[in-house]
Amino acid sequence: MQFAIYALMVISVVWAVCAVTLRSLFHSALCFTAVLLGIAGIFVVLHAEFLAAVQVLIYVGAVMTLVIFAVMLTERLTDVSVRANNQQIWIGLLGGVAFLTLLIKVILVTPWPKHPDAVAATVMTSENTKHIGIALLSQYVFPFEVLAVVLTAVIIGAVVIAKKDKPA
Amino acid sequence: MIDQLFVNIKQGGLQLLGGFLPEWAVILVSIMMSIGILAALGPLIMMYLTLMERKVVGRMQNRIGPNRVGKFGLLQPLADGIKMLTKEDIVPVNADKVVHFLAPILIVVPALLAFAVIPFGRNMTAVDLNIGVLFFLAVSSTGTLAIFMASWSSRNKYSLLGGMRAVAQMISYEVPMVMSVVPILVVTGTMSTHAIVEAQGGWGGFRWFLFTPWGFASAIIFFLCGVAETNRSPFDLPEAESEIIAGFHTEYSGMKFALFYMAEFMNTFTICALTATLFLGGWQGPLLPSWLWFFLKTYSLIFVMMWFRGTLPRFRVDQMMGLAWKFLLPFTFVNIGVAGVWYFAPRNTAAVVCTLILAVTFWILTKLNRIYTPEKRVYSFGD
Repeated sequence: MQFAIYALMVISVVWAVCAVTLRSLFHSALCFTAVLLGIAGIFVVLHAEFLAAVQVLIYVGAVMTLVIFAVMLTERLTDVSVRANNQQIWIGLLGGVAFLTLLIKVILVTPWPKHPDAVAATVMTSENTKHIGIALLSQYVFPFEVLAVVLTAVIIGAVVIAKKDKPA
Repeated sequence: MIDQLFVNIKQGGLQLLGGFLPEWAVILVSIMMSIGILAALGPLIMMYLTLMERKVVGRMQNRIGPNRVGKFGLLQPLADGIKMLTKEDIVPVNADKVVHFLAPILIVVPALLAFAVIPFGRNMTAVDLNIGVLFFLAVSSTGTLAIFMASWSSRNKYSLLGGMRAVAQMISYEVPMVMSVVPILVVTGTMSTHAIVEAQGGWGGFRWFLFTPWGFASAIIFFLCGVAETNRSPFDLPEAESEIIAGFHTEYSGMKFALFYMAEFMNTFTICALTATLFLGGWQGPLLPSWLWFFLKTYSLIFVMMWFRGTLPRFRVDQMMGLAWKFLLPFTFVNIGVAGVWYFAPRNTAAVVCTLILAVTFWILTKLNRIYTPEKRVYSFGD
């Protein structure tokens, strides 16, 4: 079990490194998709199957499709290779490691809330989804509604941007 | 007895092996047997679906399908397979070799994975996940990625155009598909395919969700979205042979094209199987064995899909998108509300009220979606 988690993490990190160092943008997008699938695998090993399925459905099915649409519509069909590294790689690495250390320290010290609805959603039963639904609509209803408003605003914004202008 | 024939065969085999193998090896063999049966069943179903399609569509077009290879053309799929295997594998010079090679492989993976949650009969689901339906929807949404890979790596204008159209169509029709499954989740409270089939067991095995107002609307929407997802007629603009040669699989020959073809037919089977499971009662039925009922229902739906192919002309791309976003999606939202009304109201008033709401919504949406012809193009340098 531990071996599975570590193996999946290592594979995801390898794909993530590929995603930032490959020269072709389309290949980077595909490697990023592999990272997301690796994360879904970690969710499955941790008995959070609903989250894994939703991760694949939304991230890989929708978000990556959008990213790849953007890549395909803006990159020329003949392969233009982009220089992927420059002289500041060591300073960048130092900054990245410092940020990671800070993040890990903060995560380990935070008192995560333990509301009974939310805890019930982490229990490994077959009613996982039901508890997640109940928690979303009782304890976390305010973030849920805020998300709904944000998504509506996004859809309206997209429609406004994509609308054809009426001829004057 | 004959109902549980395959289950008993597998249990008997496992007990035989349990005599001289340790515990973990028996589990491993059990898993391998399920995987092996599904991996063999998928291509076998696909082979005979190609034959069925050619015969059925041929009959509708007033001609006989293939009948020379074997009696009634039954060995035709084998001949097709041998032909595909012996064809030369042409890869364009400028193609992106790795991605071009991976695309046909990656499109078969979701098609085969979806077989894992289909209940072929009583106690005959390969993996009874408690998120069965969501697993199927998630896995089938990753197929769009392989189409992108195929169209981009071919370095071909027609492939790119076909690929974009295919993906736009597939993601547009995924949304009503997912939303039309939600009423079932509301009424049964579970996402496991086994439990959904069990919930349709009343009235002597005939209490299907198709016979409820929301189930009827959902079944039609799910089936239409399924036909669009698998790029079959009348939604087969991405591979429209008369317009863009072959769309995203233009540059693939031989076995790679056979893999694309196989993925399309396996997707057809899984969509029809899932429609039969969710709305037509899966393996429920009075007299015959459960797996026979399941295959009868699935193959009737496949026949309906082939009927569509033989009869209807192709959609234009803006008509197709308009249908998904402007008609099917609002209809699915109203459908979810209607399922809620059905769940809480007493039976008779619920039936009348639900049917009324759905009919009124249908009328409103058809009135709002007027027939639209695009404006004529003005050629500033012509004439």
